[in-house]
Amino acid sequence: MCATCGCSDPAGPRLTEVHPGASEHGHEHAHEHEHAHGHEHAHGHGHGHGGLRHRHGDESGHGRPARSAPSADSGADEQTVVLEEQVLAKNDRLAERNRAWLDERGILAVNLMSSPGSGKTTLLERTVRELGPDVPVSVIEGDQETLIDAERLRATGCAAVQINTGAGCHLDAAMLESGLHRLDPAPASAVFVENVGNLVCPALFDLGESCRVVICSVTEGADKPLKYPHMFRAADLILVNKADLLPHLDFDADFFTDCVRRVNPGADLLWISAARGEGLDTWYTWLHKRMPDPAVTS
Amino acid sequence: MHEMAITQSVVETVCERLEGAPARALTLEIGRLSGVVPDAVRFCFDMAADGTALAGARLDITEPDGRARCRACTNEFRLDDLIALCGCGSADVEITGGQELRIRSVEVL
Ligand SMILES: [Zn+2]
Repeated sequence: MCATCGCSDPAGPRLTEVHPGASEHGHEHAHEHEHAHGHEHAHGHGHGHGGLRHRHGDESGHGRPARSAPSADSGADEQTVVLEEQVLAKNDRLAERNRAWLDERGILAVNLMSSPGSGKTTLLERTVRELGPDVPVSVIEGDQETLIDAERLRATGCAAVQINTGAGCHLDAAMLESGLHRLDPAPASAVFVENVGNLVCPALFDLGESCRVVICSVTEGADKPLKYPHMFRAADLILVNKADLLPHLDFDADFFTDCVRRVNPGADLLWISAARGEGLDTWYTWLHKRMPDPAVTS
Repeated sequence: MHEMAITQSVVETVCERLEGAPARALTLEIGRLSGVVPDAVRFCFDMAADGTALAGARLDITEPDGRARCRACTNEFRLDDLIALCGCGSADVEITGGQELRIRSVEVL
């Protein structure tokens, strides 16, 4: 059971075939203790100090909150226990584990995020076909809308697994871990992770991926980066698809570029057409540059 | 809605830390630039807490403002959204506050 993705929920996310090792992450609890100052107790009654606050140097090492002995004073029996834990700490620890797993094998994991209709699947199919001869490619599909596409990808000879996220609106690190174990990608290969098709929720969850790519298209509004600033801020690369349609649309490319710069000055920006192939060489070059050093897989 | 997953994660983390001790209140810190909507977390909380040590607990949420520092002129200022632009004209701005997403404390009986 995974806390962050809520997969204990019957309607929650699950893999079509769960790897036996997939649930072990639930038992790692290296809690961080960033003790905030000035937050001792809201309800001190004079006698409470010492017992209420989680003590530094607690020998238990498991972040178990220290509780004072029950007070003899009636009405003074509530205590504030300081926890000070990042909400996404579990997901982030698991993401780091995924990242280490990928690094050991020299695998590039690309988290692809987009809204529906951006042409992500067309791009993915073409990338599998054209990058595949140079770099082994496999795919983890997390988007419920593209169930059929996993079959289409497998037909091209590309290994693909489908993660059914159920009612979930995003992938998380536990789901990627399960997907990677089942996919078992070759060392020095590239794994494309097709995240759930929305531009809000996936931005918050670190999967342990090597890089984050946001795909949008010129058929959408040019102010998209301002409407979804978290997503665009999280991106290493923004791919603007269907750029061949620019002459026929009143999409203001300069304004779009300006919006991207205001939200994420450091992001790379490439204009492509997945259908016609324009600009795809720059995308493949971008990916090649990010392939981890294969020497580490020895 | 990612707030449900986030709220479930909060409840599970707190219950583990409390080792089953019932709590009457929980304080979270959700920065205004965190991407998480406090009202949505409130909406999800009762459902997520149902049947756990946090059932019926009060939820307090503090919402720190966004803060930023300009890398060009070192000016520090308040930031209301992620579309950062310093008064000096530079967009090279470091966000220094408002992205908190933290479980602060619980009141136990
Ligand atoms: Zn400035």
